[in-house]
Amino acid sequence: MGTMIIDGRKVEFNGEKNVLEVVRKAGIELPTFCYHSELSLYGACRMCIVEDKNGKIFTSCSTLPKDGMEIYTQTPRLQRYRKNILELLLSNHDRDCTACERTGACELERLATRFSIRDIRFGELDRKHPIDDSSLAIVRNPNKCILCGDCVRMCEEIQGVGALSFAYRGSHMKVAPAFDKAIGETNCIDCGQCRVICPTGAIAIKNETDKFWNLVHDKSKRIIAQVAPAVRVALGEEFGLEPGDITVGKIVAALKMLGVDEVYDTAFAADMTVIAEGEEFVERLTTGENLPLFTSCCPGWVKFAETRFPEILDNISSCKSPQQMFGSVIKEYYKDDEKETVVISIMPCTAKKAEAARKEFQKDGVRDVDLVITTQELAILIKEAGIIFEKLEDESFDMPFGLASGSGVIFGSTGGVAEAVVTRLLKDKPNHICKEVLFKNVRGMDNIKEAVFNIDGKEIKLAVVHGLKNAEKLINKIKAGDKEYHIIEVMACPGGCVAGGGQPASMPIDNEVRKKRAQGLYRIDRASYIKSSEQNPLIVSLFEDMLKDRHDLLHVNREKETGY
Amino acid sequence: MLIHNISELKEKKELYKASLDKQYKKVIVCGGTGCVAGGSLNVYEELKRLVEEKGILAEVDLEKEDQGIGMKKSGCHGFCERGPLVRIEPEGYLYLKVKVEDCEEIVEETLVNNKPIERLMYKDGDKVYQTQESIPFYKRQNRIVLEHCGHIDAESIQEYIAHDGYMALAKVLEEMTPEEVCEEVIKSNLRGRGGGGYPAGKKWSQVLSFPSDMKYVVCNGDEGDPGAFMDRSIMEGDPHSVIEGMTIAAYATGASEGYIYVRAEYPLAVKRLTKAIEEARAVGLLGKNILGTDLSFDIHISQGAGAFVCGEGSALMASIEGERGMPRVKTKRTVEEGLWRKPTVINNVETLPM
Amino acid sequence: MPYGNMEKVDRILESYGDDQSHIITILQKIQSEYRYLPMDVLEYVSDKMEISPAKLFGIATFYENFSLDPKGKYIIKICDGTACHVKKSIPVLEALRKELSLTENKHTTDDLLFTIETVSCLGACGLAPVITINDKVYGKISPEMAVEIIRKLKEEETNANS
Repeated sequence: MGTMIIDGRKVEFNGEKNVLEVVRKAGIELPTFCYHSELSLYGACRMCIVEDKNGKIFTSCSTLPKDGMEIYTQTPRLQRYRKNILELLLSNHDRDCTACERTGACELERLATRFSIRDIRFGELDRKHPIDDSSLAIVRNPNKCILCGDCVRMCEEIQGVGALSFAYRGSHMKVAPAFDKAIGETNCIDCGQCRVICPTGAIAIKNETDKFWNLVHDKSKRIIAQVAPAVRVALGEEFGLEPGDITVGKIVAALKMLGVDEVYDTAFAADMTVIAEGEEFVERLTTGENLPLFTSCCPGWVKFAETRFPEILDNISSCKSPQQMFGSVIKEYYKDDEKETVVISIMPCTAKKAEAARKEFQKDGVRDVDLVITTQELAILIKEAGIIFEKLEDESFDMPFGLASGSGVIFGSTGGVAEAVVTRLLKDKPNHICKEVLFKNVRGMDNIKEAVFNIDGKEIKLAVVHGLKNAEKLINKIKAGDKEYHIIEVMACPGGCVAGGGQPASMPIDNEVRKKRAQGLYRIDRASYIKSSEQNPLIVSLFEDMLKDRHDLLHVNREKETGY
Repeated sequence: MLIHNISELKEKKELYKASLDKQYKKVIVCGGTGCVAGGSLNVYEELKRLVEEKGILAEVDLEKEDQGIGMKKSGCHGFCERGPLVRIEPEGYLYLKVKVEDCEEIVEETLVNNKPIERLMYKDGDKVYQTQESIPFYKRQNRIVLEHCGHIDAESIQEYIAHDGYMALAKVLEEMTPEEVCEEVIKSNLRGRGGGGYPAGKKWSQVLSFPSDMKYVVCNGDEGDPGAFMDRSIMEGDPHSVIEGMTIAAYATGASEGYIYVRAEYPLAVKRLTKAIEEARAVGLLGKNILGTDLSFDIHISQGAGAFVCGEGSALMASIEGERGMPRVKTKRTVEEGLWRKPTVINNVETLPM
Repeated sequence: MPYGNMEKVDRILESYGDDQSHIITILQKIQSEYRYLPMDVLEYVSDKMEISPAKLFGIATFYENFSLDPKGKYIIKICDGTACHVKKSIPVLEALRKELSLTENKHTTDDLLFTIETVSCLGACGLAPVITINDKVYGKISPEMAVEIIRKLKEEETNANS
């Protein structure tokens, strides 16, 4: 607590962890590359420097605010140094901005514009690192890397994977996967959080928009799209709207204009998942085997478990993810049709691209989900087609696979899957009672959330975790016998799918943004006619009809088919 | 053979000193890196062989008061260009560029007949400088930290004790509180000898002021400056002085563990320090309840692996922690949050023996 | 994941424990055992010590001493610190490179006998120029002396093999 003097004005501080946050609170946007409030301190970019009244210059991200501290943010020296830093970074950078994935959303570009860098005196460094295109989810271009280390720390500290690290030293230093291998050959789980936090185009989503165009231009095929819940509360950000603004109607309209024949809701498939996983859970409760049950809808989590905790694979639900359930059901539905059916899923997630390509989600060499387009790529498609998104009139999903319960929609937020499954299991209880239990305990951005509820007199312990480092800690606690649960929801991305690797990232993604997006989903749930998955009449008829003896469409035998 | 308390230490000192005095001649062969490169170890072996041939005891255990010649390997004298160096006491003769072939003459002429061999001594024109102290290179040197280097056996804790080794530690433990030790160091105006120049006493008192379950003393032996080898000389020639310095620092600050970070290019320093630490542990000068007091302190050696930047404090600590030795930006200073985020005092090798 | 024979590595890991703070010593011991840091050994260590492979690679490539390429039986370090440089260490370096057909980019002879590296300051400045061969120090070395030492070593090796 105390008062600082910033550029001559008194500013109070209370609990801010560094001078940078106080300055920003005071309304001055100090630039940074390597500082993120959720990551450990690196302090290497030096862009956040401030000057005190004695002329001492220091990084504001690493300095604690002190009562009476007097600093300046716009002295001549600071201005010169900031420009110098940018010039040096740009001289080392592949400046092909017009052809770059990140143009318009690149922090380096933004700051270069902001500080009017007109002349880069240091020439251009002749760097020729190869572009790493080996991953299904992301593309790495080390020639654009400014060595801020954000991806390294995100992958290690938040995700607990550590697929990227600094290697070598001095002028040879670079960000590299293990042994300089192609990232597709490492333990990378494709979550794309590195791309979200990267301030330049060094890490970008694998852009498959050309494949989309090829498919929709082929009039001999039936093009079907499924739209994931999280997309509808974030796509608007690319068109001037706020995080959490619901644009589902416009999305359907846009997709139809782009040439998609039928647009369905992945939340419908989420309802299928709730039923199937609910059944599976009840069965495990009865036999007592393979508990706790871990959810399986997050492919980043599944890949993480396969590499790090192969011994718990039996505990992971055998249910496919909603994306994959949708794919297999739709293809089955249209199997006798003369037109070839193509399924494109619009996802907030880069790992879904890898999931759709997995062997076990193919039938006779044909994928259940033919193409995955992330929210970011959808924005690119809409802009390319010249569609003025904000002006679109809402349209509704097609039937029969377009009607979803509120439970299915909240899958996109951390805690949503757990809430949906438990809502269904407590179907005999009045709605407001189970919502009470769950609302308090499983929603929100806490790292690990716990709840206890009752099914037929049996006490059920539930845990919700997001961010894989937190998942790792939780699993270790369970293995050590310190904690016990019956069912655990795991989301790789902090915040859940609303903050997935494929979502728009033109603003820093922190818990504020994540909460706003999640709240959009909860608003949809509140306004839904159908609250619980088994109340969805189309789901009921589907299970009675097509899915009656076709559990193979909804489940996958992990060991047998994946080889792990 | 444990030294249980301070009075025992004093007894041992008297015993070793007496033993040393009984050695009517001392032959000190330089065992520093430079002279070893010139073959000083072979010279040592040859001299020893010749002396023992004559039935004289060459290597004397100071526990016993045997008669004999004290043959020892010392640390670096600094005159590496003229090595291998051999110093004879009590006369103080310094022989330069000694070869194995010269050993017989040295044994016969100097050890048995007490005559100097002028052809092996330093010459400037016609003038022969017989003693080490008279040589212009040495005359102007007033050795403080390097006092023992070149004069005592670098591999013997006994000689160190005989030369008042660990007596400073004893005094500190017996007569002073940690605060008083810090105060004394502040009064002495000792400043960081690694180049930073920060008052050592002030640093120690700051670490003392932060309560913590663990505190560390780190000794920076990553001397990377080309052309400088005083840290190497101290570590090779007087390793116990570093240990004693660190232990005093531990007492003054409340630390219980220490690290000496030695660069990989100094394998002999690593060897000598390792041996010194083992010797100190064996007699109870490192470990639990040192000299019968409440002070428990132990030292580990951490090796560098060829990165100059690891001479910088925060990079050095990163390296000890097993990370890339990249300098870190700090929210809190090292005295409050250093090694593994615990209060740490980090001093240069030269500062601690002082 | 199947690994080859990792007995030696296990012994090293056992004697130092799997605390990450020992990683430099562990890597040094592995390197003195295998003469470099083989990739499969590093993957094994990363598994056992629960350090991500990328991070271990980052640590191994940070420090000059570690080599991920096989090194020769005789590692020749030529000191190029200020004192040695001034006393003409570079002609020694060039003479040795010429003798062994090595270049700035090729450090190790094909028969895996010799590796040439430059080091910054071994601290034996009074003896400049200095080279070490497997930690044995040779001071006041001239290009001719250096080549002579190498030739002698080569001879010893051929004699040992015949």
